[in-house]
Amino acid sequence: MTLLTTLIGTLLFAVAGPVVGCLLAGLDRVISARMQGRVGPPVLQPYYDVRKLFEKERVSVNSVEGVYVACALLFALLAGGIFFSGGNLLMCVFVITLSSLFFIMAAYSTRSPYAEVGAARETLQVMSYEPMVLLMAVAFFQAANSFDVAAVLRLDHPIVCTIWLVFLGVLFILTIKLRKSPFDLALSHHAHQEIVRGVTTEMSGPVLGMVEIMHWCENVLFMGWIGMFFVWANPVSIVIAILIVALVYFLEIWIDNNFARVKWQFMFKSAWLVALIAGGVNVAFLAFL
Amino acid sequence: MAFASKSPWVIHYDGSSCNGCDIEVLATLCPGFDGERFGVINTGNPKHADIFLVTGSVNEQNIGVIKEIYNQMLEPKVVVACGICACTGGVFHDCYNVLGGVDAAIPVDVYAPGCAVRPEQLIDAIVAGVAALDEKSAALKAARKGA
Repeated sequence: MTLLTTLIGTLLFAVAGPVVGCLLAGLDRVISARMQGRVGPPVLQPYYDVRKLFEKERVSVNSVEGVYVACALLFALLAGGIFFSGGNLLMCVFVITLSSLFFIMAAYSTRSPYAEVGAARETLQVMSYEPMVLLMAVAFFQAANSFDVAAVLRLDHPIVCTIWLVFLGVLFILTIKLRKSPFDLALSHHAHQEIVRGVTTEMSGPVLGMVEIMHWCENVLFMGWIGMFFVWANPVSIVIAILIVALVYFLEIWIDNNFARVKWQFMFKSAWLVALIAGGVNVAFLAFL
Repeated sequence: MAFASKSPWVIHYDGSSCNGCDIEVLATLCPGFDGERFGVINTGNPKHADIFLVTGSVNEQNIGVIKEIYNQMLEPKVVVACGICACTGGVFHDCYNVLGGVDAAIPVDVYAPGCAVRPEQLIDAIVAGVAALDEKSAALKAARKGA
């Protein structure tokens, strides 16, 4: 039954995830433009970009790059399916990390110096945010007495009440996960140049299109994680969660537009420090008190 | 429906320009003119770009670079020669080291003369380039169906 729910969830997420993610990316670009005193592109611009990429000539430096990126997209969809069908949060975390690893492998497989810089930076980003993400799963278990996301629907109060410190920690690493400045070291959406387009330097046409779709799905999943903190047995809580998700995404856009990119050392140290303080203290508090 | 015209990503290369046209190219992409309204994004990667903006004339030093960038770009692609030097060689056309305009190295789709070329004219050139991009995209699709 669980397998069937996950499969149906994945199929539904494969349809709804990209649509919501695309609109989110479009709104992101319009709001960013307004913050910079510009009119900005149409809301559907990310959709036009991807459609164009799929119309381009198919060229690749090797035959495995496309397979790795397709696997990364597939596992991102699976992670979304597991999460939104109320499945195991820990499994969702592992599957989305697997997706990131396939993406890194795709970049390394091209043997391009810029792609390798990007892949190394992407690896550092994964290393930076992963402790906090794992502690989030542990804290979730402590708060909900289950790893199943669906367990929040049976609670008397949202899990944020007991693990608000973990929520703040997740908020910090969310900037890394959403590839927003100041932590957009591996792959930036602004001022495209070789180093900051790192991971995707050798990806072009349809493969780059798949990367964009994967990014949309990832964004929807991560915003789902944020919403998860505010849902409890009351159905009204879903509306509250969506409002908070919108607010958090706006905050991320604001951060993106106001902070300059940092060096990887700062990202790594600060993310681990936050994981240790926010995650560690909260988990220890729930475990021993 | 061709989507090539809805998201023209540009790459800019300075051949041997005096930087006058380069400044105008960058000014065109700045918030004042807001190229992103039309989906224009300045990329640093030929593999992601659709429109190649070249400034300055072609000489023995840069002909290889121009050809390399052009060859790395994926079809459909369009070349815009920005400024009179890129169109014909301009005031440098009879210098001993100048081979001529950009068309001495690669096929050019749109010529945007001027010294320096103005942002308004560049926007016109990019719009003309976008039309050429749509034609090429349609031709590519037809060729794919035929094959």
